[in-house]
Amino acid sequence: MVRAEYEIASGAYDCAGEVSSDIKRQLKQLGIDAGTLRRVAVSSYEMEMNIIIHSLGGVINLTVDNEWITLFSKDRGPGIPDVELAMREGFSTAGEDARNMGFGAGMGLPNMKRNADTFNIFSQMEEGTRITITFRVI
Amino acid sequence: MTIAEIVKCLDARVLCGEENLGQRVTSACCSDLMSDALAFIHENAMLLTGITNAHVVRTAGILDLKCVAFVRGKVPPPDVIGMAREAGLVTMTVNKTMFTCAGLLYEGGLRGAPMCWPSRDEAAG
Ligand SMILES: Nc1ncnc2c1ncn2[C@@H]1O[C@H](COP(=O)(O)OP(=O)(O)OP(=O)(O)O)[C@@H](O)[C@H]1O
Ligand SMILES: [Mg+2]
Repeated sequence: MVRAEYEIASGAYDCAGEVSSDIKRQLKQLGIDAGTLRRVAVSSYEMEMNIIIHSLGGVINLTVDNEWITLFSKDRGPGIPDVELAMREGFSTAGEDARNMGFGAGMGLPNMKRNADTFNIFSQMEEGTRITITFRVI
Repeated sequence: MTIAEIVKCLDARVLCGEENLGQRVTSACCSDLMSDALAFIHENAMLLTGITNAHVVRTAGILDLKCVAFVRGKVPPPDVIGMAREAGLVTMTVNKTMFTCAGLLYEGGLRGAPMCWPSRDEAAG
């Protein structure tokens, strides 16, 4: 059983990827298979980047038990006005700066959904966005 | 192809990771957007990109990429090359467009990842 919580600041491009690297390292130590490791790492990186780029800051929680790896993210806003639209491949509101750094393909949320075994997103304007994704341990 | 063969095929200049030139690459992905790479890259892959910031090296780490070729003659800043060196990632710069690089590698026998999402089994590689 592993539990970890990571605080992620808005606009923290300098440390982008650090949380995902740590999650990947922890799972590797637990002996999680390479394929699952990759799916979790891709998803956590997308999660982490969305908090940095689009939100006012938030947290990612990692939980691992015998059956499931769970990533839960929660941010402090501004929320997603139309979640269905945001889930579409290619939809992005990322600005010029983010695009110049290599973000804004509009593939992050679809990537998470496709890689995970279960995907849940809940967003409320002003309150923020919560995403829960799980991966079955094999 | 081995990375050494890729360097030769592209007439590239290696920036770091010389110790890993013998590794094999079986597929390649061209993109300036990292999420595209995260969507379409399989194992033993390389990335061709025009982006030269630290996020490229981090993305490479997440995906366990074998090497990254910076196209259009781009060279990342020293701290980014330092990060890549530390991670054992081979990086190279190529004085050609992305299109030309892709064409040369395809001719050399390298292929892209299939345009479908890997199944759980494939992802496990
Ligand atoms: N945590 C969040 N808070 C507010 N808006 C968000 C959040 N996550 C995503 N969004 C919105 O949903 C859109 C789509 O997100 P997605 O991750 O799929 O693409 P992206 O981040 O724009 O680009 P990419 O992930 O490919 O670099 C974003 O452009 C943004 O408008
Ligand atoms: Mg995103």
